[in-house]
Amino acid sequence: MTEGSSLELTAYARSLGIEVEREEDGLPVLAVDFGRNVEGRPGHFHGGATAGLLETAGYAALRTRLLAEGREPQLKPINITVQYLSAGRQKRTFALARITRLGRRNANLTVEAWQDDRTRPIASAVMNILMA
Amino acid sequence: MSNQPKFDAGEAGKFFFRAGHTGWLGLEYVAHGQNWVELKLPWREDLIGEPDRHVLASGPIVSLMDMASGMSIWQTTGVFTPVATLDLRVDYQRPAREKSAVWGRVECYRTTRSAAFVRGIAHDGDEADPVAHVAGVFMQVSYDPKKRLEAQAESAKTEGRDDD
Repeated sequence: MTEGSSLELTAYARSLGIEVEREEDGLPVLAVDFGRNVEGRPGHFHGGATAGLLETAGYAALRTRLLAEGREPQLKPINITVQYLSAGRQKRTFALARITRLGRRNANLTVEAWQDDRTRPIASAVMNILMA
Repeated sequence: MSNQPKFDAGEAGKFFFRAGHTGWLGLEYVAHGQNWVELKLPWREDLIGEPDRHVLASGPIVSLMDMASGMSIWQTTGVFTPVATLDLRVDYQRPAREKSAVWGRVECYRTTRSAAFVRGIAHDGDEADPVAHVAGVFMQVSYDPKKRLEAQAESAKTEGRDDD
């Protein structure tokens, strides 16, 4: 957790082992280590755990941006579409969201998760989040 | 593959949910039909997705639906072969009720040699009032066109030798 940041991850995110790794352009890069609690097919990330990381990165980015603008609305998920690009292996996995559009009531985000090679993401997501 | 017993979601669940991510979540088998499977994600304090409300995060719901999707495919084909999620979409209608378990019911409505298509709902007790709708596409990993071509080439070679 970056000192001075008011961002707090959810109970679910902490329980799964998701951490704030660093910030890039004011948005949090999240990370989770491989372990039994994220394992699906032996030796690989479960698709649901990967989705959980992507989704958490999306919320964290949006929350961070909103707080920077002095806004603190309740966030409600509208939808998420996850594309799985390659198998998540036994490695620390990172995720960073890009806020494509931030309106008054709706935010559109794209999120990518990667392991060793940032240019070859293992999964990506598109999210729509309602701000009430 | 023909020696393998026909896939049974109830029996498989005992094995699947012992360890790993789905074991950590505490998923439970509920029911299945010819082409569908229903699983339960029990309520748990440390899966909350918001600081001020006792509502499950959506991450565990994606995991629930992903697992129910895979099992609905195996239930439909009758065979437990590796499948990889290509694309999974979740449309949230409303948050689950506070401190409520969530059930995920997914049907596999179409399979081809290389792909499987699923759709389903997540609900918190009433199927007629879902928490979310999902749609997904999975790839059948066992169907590998390259390996099939290699096998053909191999058998062609063998046939060639036989001709000599």
